[in-house]
Amino acid sequence: MFGLKEYRAVQSLDEAHELLMQSRDNVILGGLLWMKMGRKQYHTGIDLSGLGLNMISETEDSIDIGCMTPLRQMETSPLLHQWFGPLFSDAFKGIVGVQFRNLATLGGSVYSRFGFSDVITALTALDTQIHLYQAGTVSLSEFLNMDQKRDILIKAVIRKQAVKTNFQTRRKSATDFPVLSVAVSLCNGQWKIAVGARPSRAALAKKAADLLSSEPDEEKITATLDSVVNELSFGTDQRAGSDYRKVLAKVLVKRGINAICR
Amino acid sequence: MQITCRINKREFIRDIEPDLLLIDFVRSLGFKSVKRGCDTSNCGLCTVWVDEKPVLSCSVLAARVNHKAVTTLEGLEEEAKEVGWFLATQGAEQCGFCSPGLIMNILAMKAEFKNPTTEDIKQYLAGNLCRCSGYESQLRAIKNYFDLQGVAHENC
Repeated sequence: MFGLKEYRAVQSLDEAHELLMQSRDNVILGGLLWMKMGRKQYHTGIDLSGLGLNMISETEDSIDIGCMTPLRQMETSPLLHQWFGPLFSDAFKGIVGVQFRNLATLGGSVYSRFGFSDVITALTALDTQIHLYQAGTVSLSEFLNMDQKRDILIKAVIRKQAVKTNFQTRRKSATDFPVLSVAVSLCNGQWKIAVGARPSRAALAKKAADLLSSEPDEEKITATLDSVVNELSFGTDQRAGSDYRKVLAKVLVKRGINAICR
Repeated sequence: MQITCRINKREFIRDIEPDLLLIDFVRSLGFKSVKRGCDTSNCGLCTVWVDEKPVLSCSVLAARVNHKAVTTLEGLEEEAKEVGWFLATQGAEQCGFCSPGLIMNILAMKAEFKNPTTEDIKQYLAGNLCRCSGYESQLRAIKNYFDLQGVAHENC
């Protein structure tokens, strides 16, 4: 069982960062769902709950999602639905249950960079940037691949675009971790194909997506599917083998493309 | 550290350890309907409401409910009895261990949906596990419960 010697509800990000840097045993508290299952004994748990970072807001050209926004708030947000369709509700509905998703936060999900993260898969298919306290603004893919320095994820910023989206996943049971997850989007004739839980974290199949036109025929789709499994790496874990994941990737990506083209 | 919160509309001021979990806090105050089933944030048995939203109390720091309102099954006695009756009439009450968490989430769903579809019910309650039933009797009971609520709404 994890432990905390101290709990601090901070009044500012400056205070949170100062505390975070004071000791490697200090930690930012997200939804606590993973942390409480570990055995690590932390010194200070830093709570950002009082900083108003649990909001989804709109600017002229982006939708901003604060790090403390619960996943349930995202999946039921009319604003997110208006701009990105049912992407988030479809992506999140398999994550344990409503009570879990009322706790799990955007920041905790993204900062942890879990391979199985449906949150990261969905965000990867959009034009998403991550705002960090120290490192500033980086693209989501940059964030996922950069050295994991201690920092505070403040918010995700998604560019507002006329985008069509679709999310596909395969799970052994309805609320288990995904065996594979796929998010597909089409914006101004440009496709994005994100494949997560390979079992490594979500990545874009860029070459494959470039093969597609706005209304691809069967031949182009087949070439794209072949390219997806050649371009991305697929591994084996207790849920599935790499070969099975490759077969699954072709099926789910095809379903995603077809759903958008319909 | 000291926290102040309302549990079932009653104020509590207590000194707690920083890593005390809400489930252990409410149980220490006598709200024993809240149970630990899995300890992996998966089973839904420990469901309580914090500011009206259903959450897993096994995964919430008690420190985080400072100045918030917590509701357990003990605070919803009449509504809980009504849902429990519907579950019992369909044979959905077997060992009963998961019922408090399930009922808390059914009542949370009622606050969000007036007439939930079968799919809505399945999705909303997916995080409430039952080891006895095959969920069919529970689904029948919940549909009957909401059907009656619909009739009640129409008669208002």
